[in-house]
Amino acid sequence: MSSFEPGGERASIASVTEKVRPLAIGAPVTSIHFLADRAAFVGAEESVAFAEAGGEISRVAVQGGGILCAASDGKRIVTGGDDGKVVAVDAKGEVTQLAIDAKRRWIDNVAAHPDGAVAWSAGKTAFIRAAKGEEKSLDVPSTVGGLAFAPKGLRLAIAHYNGATLWFPNMAATPEFLPWAGSHLGVTFSPDNKFLVTAMHEPALHGWRLADAKHMRMSGYPGRVKSMSWSVGGKFLATSGADAVILWPFVSKDGPMGKEPAMLAPLQARVSAVACSPKHDVFAAGYGDGTILMVRMEDGAEILVRRNGTSPVAALGWNAKGSLLAFAGEDGDAGLLAL
Amino acid sequence: MSQSTEQKIPVTVLTGYLGAGKTTLLNRILSENHGKKYAVIVNEFGEIGIDNDLIIGADEEVFEMNNGCICCTVRGDLVRIMDGLMKRKGKFDAIIVETTGLADPAPVAQTFFVDEDVQKNARLDAVVTVADAKWLSDRLKDAPEAKNQIAFADVIVLNKTDLVSKPELAEVEARIRGINPYAKLHRTERCQVALQDVLERGAFDLDRILEIEPDFLEADEHDHDHDHDHHHHGHDHHHHHDHGHGLKHYHDEEMQSLSLKTDKPLDPARFMPWLQSLVATEGQKILRSKGILAFHDDDDRYVFQGVHMMLEGDHQRKWKDGEPRESRIVFIGRELPEQAIRDGFASCIVTQ
Repeated sequence: MSSFEPGGERASIASVTEKVRPLAIGAPVTSIHFLADRAAFVGAEESVAFAEAGGEISRVAVQGGGILCAASDGKRIVTGGDDGKVVAVDAKGEVTQLAIDAKRRWIDNVAAHPDGAVAWSAGKTAFIRAAKGEEKSLDVPSTVGGLAFAPKGLRLAIAHYNGATLWFPNMAATPEFLPWAGSHLGVTFSPDNKFLVTAMHEPALHGWRLADAKHMRMSGYPGRVKSMSWSVGGKFLATSGADAVILWPFVSKDGPMGKEPAMLAPLQARVSAVACSPKHDVFAAGYGDGTILMVRMEDGAEILVRRNGTSPVAALGWNAKGSLLAFAGEDGDAGLLAL
Repeated sequence: MSQSTEQKIPVTVLTGYLGAGKTTLLNRILSENHGKKYAVIVNEFGEIGIDNDLIIGADEEVFEMNNGCICCTVRGDLVRIMDGLMKRKGKFDAIIVETTGLADPAPVAQTFFVDEDVQKNARLDAVVTVADAKWLSDRLKDAPEAKNQIAFADVIVLNKTDLVSKPELAEVEARIRGINPYAKLHRTERCQVALQDVLERGAFDLDRILEIEPDFLEADEHDHDHDHDHHHHGHDHHHHHDHGHGLKHYHDEEMQSLSLKTDKPLDPARFMPWLQSLVATEGQKILRSKGILAFHDDDDRYVFQGVHMMLEGDHQRKWKDGEPRESRIVFIGRELPEQAIRDGFASCIVTQ
C-alpha cells in the first residue's frame, strides 16, 4: 500500500502533467485504442476520433447512432451500434460494414480476434465470423452481457445471466457452460488461457479455472467493476470499482484463490478506468475526480499524469510498445503522453 | 458525480393488463404536440412508430439480485438499455418503459433503486397503470398481475369508461380504491388524459412529497366530488360504508393499504430499526411505502419511500411555524400484518 494523505494533492508526487499533449475531442469518449501509433478515441455516438501527430483531430463516422461497444485487434477497431450495424475502422480511417442485424437490434457487444475473426451479440444471440469463414450464431439462455475471444484457438466466451458459455464455433461439441448465479456483464480470458473472469452486475468479479471449472470469488468492491486490464504476462488483473486499483494475483496455478488482492494508488475517489502497460509492470489508473496516475506495481510508486478537478476519466489506452498513453475524460477532454 | 434531480432523465413506467389501452396511451403521448422527445422501451415493436422518438425493444428479463434478498429483482435488460441510452444523452427528454400486460412493476422500479449507474443518470417519475373500466373488476378476481399493477400505481388511467354504466363505473372505482386509495385516478375514453396528469409526476421524488401534501396520504383530490373522505381515518372502513354518494366501499381481501398517523414525536432510534426490520421481514408483502415523519428533538421533517425491501429516506426541510408536527406513513401491500404494524409503529412513539 502506498501512503495516503487525505485532502488534496500530495506534494511529493512526481508529475508529468507538463508533458501531456492536450487534445480536445469535443464529445464524450467511451474507449481508446491504438492502431499502430495512432490513438483512436471511440465516441459515445457516431464517430471515432483519430489524434494526428500535430495534435489535430480527424473524425471518422462509423455508426448511425450510439456506439454501444468497441474492441480492437491492434489493426482495426470493431464497433457495434444502436443502428444494428457492426463496423470496422482501420488505421487509415477506412470504414467497412461487417454485418447488419436483420431486425436492426442493438449490437450490445463486440470482440475482435488477432487473426481477423469478429464476434458480436444482439439480444440473446452471439454471432461469430472467422476471417475467411461464414457467419455462425449461438443462442444463450439470456441477453449476452459480454464477449471475449480466448488467446489461443477460435473460442468465444459469452457472459450472460447465471454464468458464461464457452463456444468453439468450429467444433460440433455442445458449448461448455460455466455456471454462477447472477448477472455477468463483462468477460476476459487470462493471457495464459487458464482462467476466465467475469464482471458481475453486483460489485464483484467471478472467475473459473478452465482446467476444472473451479470457482474464484473476487468480491468486496464498493462499486461495479467496469474496467479490467491484464498486466504484461498476465501476472495481475487490475480492476476499477474501488477507491484504489485492485490487483488480483494470477501468478500461481490457483490464480487468486485464497489470496488477498493488492490495493494500489488509493485516493478519495473511485477508480473509473485502468489500463496496464503492455511492456512494463506499470498501470495507468483514472479516477472519478479526473485524476490519472501511472503506478509501478512493484512498489506502488506513483506519477501524476492529470490533476483532479477535471472531468471523470472515461477511458485509457496504451500503444503496443508501451511508449504512448492516451486518456479521455467523460466530456471529451483528452490527452496524449509520450514516455 | 451524481446528477442533481433536475438533470436526471425522468422515467415513466407504463403498466396495465392486456387490452386495457397501454398502446393507445403511448401513441397519445408520442403523437401529441409537446415538443419533447421520448425514448420508449417497448416489448413489441410494430404498433408504435413515431418519427423523432427512439424506440427500443426490450426482453423483460427479470433477474434476482445476488444479495440474498429474494424479492430483490431487477430488469437486467433495462440496466443494459439505460446504459446504451445514456450514450445518446441530449437526444431525448424523457424515457417511457412499457411493460407487458402480465408484468409485475416492482422489478422495473427496483432497477432504479439498486443500480448505481441507472440511478446516476435517471430517476423514476411514476408508475402509470392503464385499467379497463369494463373488465378490471373481473381481472382483479382472476389475475393477480392486474391487482399488483393497481396496487403499485401512482397514477391510474381508468379507460373505456364509455363502455360501462355509471353504477358499473362506481363499482370498479370503489374496487380500485379498496386496493389503492392514494393513486391519482383519471377516467378516460380512449386514454384521453392530459399529459401533465401522467408525465412529470415526481411520484418517487422525496422533495416532491412536500409539494403533494397535504393530500398525499389521502384520496384523490381531483375527483373529490365523487370520492368519499379518507381523511385521517386510515383503515376504519366502518365509517365509510354509506356516504350518500352512492359509492360503495370495498375492502380487498388480499391487497390493502394501511395508513398510520400520530401527532406525538417518534423516536428515531426506535423507528428506523423498526422500519428496516419491517421491510426486511415483510418486504415481499409490502409493495409500496411512503412516510413523512416528525422525530423527537428534530426540527427537520424526515421523508421516506420504498418499494418492497428497498427504502430511501432523507431529511427534507424544516418544519414550518404553525405546521402540525405529525408523522404519517402508508403501506400498500398484500395480506399486511396490520396489527403487528400498528403495534410496532405505536412502540416508536416517544412517551413523556
